[in-house]
Amino acid sequence: MSDYNFAYLDEQTKRMIRRAILKGLAIPGYQVPFASREMPMPYGWGTGGVQVSAAVLTPDDTFKVIDQGADDTTNAVSIRRFFQKTAGIAVTEATADASVIQTRHRIPEQVLRSDQIIVYQVPIPEPLRFLEPSEVETRKMHSLEEYGLMHVKLYEDISQHGDIATAYAYPVKVEGRYVMDPSPIPKFDNPKLEMAGIQLFGAGREQRIYAIPPYTKVVSLDFEDYPFQPTKADHACDLCAATDSYLDELIVDDEGSRMFMCSDTDYCSTRRKQGHNGAQGVPYAEDAA
Amino acid sequence: MQTHCLEGGFLNQPIDASHAFRAIMIAMARPGEISVVAGVKPPEPMSTAAGTVLLTLCDPETPLFLAPSHDTPQIRDWITFYTGAPFTVAEHAIFAIGAWDQLPLAVFPCGTAEYPDRSTTLIVELPTLTSSGAMLSGPGIKDQTELSLPGTKIFQDNARLFPLGLDFIFTCGGCIAALPRTTRVS
Repeated sequence: MSDYNFAYLDEQTKRMIRRAILKGLAIPGYQVPFASREMPMPYGWGTGGVQVSAAVLTPDDTFKVIDQGADDTTNAVSIRRFFQKTAGIAVTEATADASVIQTRHRIPEQVLRSDQIIVYQVPIPEPLRFLEPSEVETRKMHSLEEYGLMHVKLYEDISQHGDIATAYAYPVKVEGRYVMDPSPIPKFDNPKLEMAGIQLFGAGREQRIYAIPPYTKVVSLDFEDYPFQPTKADHACDLCAATDSYLDELIVDDEGSRMFMCSDTDYCSTRRKQGHNGAQGVPYAEDAA
Repeated sequence: MQTHCLEGGFLNQPIDASHAFRAIMIAMARPGEISVVAGVKPPEPMSTAAGTVLLTLCDPETPLFLAPSHDTPQIRDWITFYTGAPFTVAEHAIFAIGAWDQLPLAVFPCGTAEYPDRSTTLIVELPTLTSSGAMLSGPGIKDQTELSLPGTKIFQDNARLFPLGLDFIFTCGGCIAALPRTTRVS
């Protein structure tokens, strides 16, 4: 038994967030304004995601939190403990065992099932914000479906760098209507945005909630002669030898030695338990001992 | 106010509402999929499912329109006691509840170009709710699915308004299904 109301937030706040989530699902990719509350953590630490999770969780859920793919970083651990304490729910690090996954900036490598819900923490929900600082103007642009400026930005990438240099928070068009910021996930993850699970996005400081229902068409913006390409480091994971996962590059000593490893820690450790071993890895059993 | 207006709500509001919302969210995310909700006993003729939706989503911030079928003193007292939602005319409704043929669909707000979310969510009480009838496709639906809708053309016209439009939650006994504005009906 906890001294908090279930999942921390009061019921009226949850109803307000729940209404915003339903309108978000009814208008995929449209940013629904909501009255974001102060949470017991600073803005920028996932207050939007936490509020959406609090409104969505039931006592039967198993909750997983990842930060850049990792279950064991400060942000992930503190949010997981927050809901353990305030909602008394089960938690897990295994993607397959989770019914609700809150994420900062990654989509798990393992394909999500139709009974899973993923909640994204979003810093800047407005994809046009860095191109047009006025909310009045960007709202008008969305209402008129006026997205030429975004294509100009991608074109300028090509003219300056020879390629679309945008590597994360790569803009997508949802169901042929709204251009949406998928949160700062690497563009490697963009193809996964068409999935069987329910996707909810929460931006606390910016007070916006948006959503993608299952099987919704999500297209990464591109040009015919410069088609969208999900990229990753051209390397295999040095711990589990995976060639299909998104990699982090780590500097491991003062000589500048590097190693690449899966950013999804659950995916990597699951592979190592299965006996996969990368160039710099030691077998999982020896490492644990 | 009669004492029966003070009965029939959630026994454990935070927990019961969380389960109810999950069912409503899945219904809205997967149009045509029928979910079951329980735990609320509203006055006749309101169904358990419709009462559950109201208690999960409505509060003093959500003006509610009652169609004549549901505009009884008992229902008004029950909603006021449990949610505090103000009653309003169709033009200003955030939520509306009633039998299909008593909802003035042309009058409800369907959002504005800049705020398409400012539209009415209708809770439609149906005599039956089954997975056969009109063919549905669109976001939330893998290929196609079927749902017993009370009409076809009205939903096709509603979908053409996208991103504006009305969103529907159908209720029957303890069952709910939803049809957001994005769903294509044939």
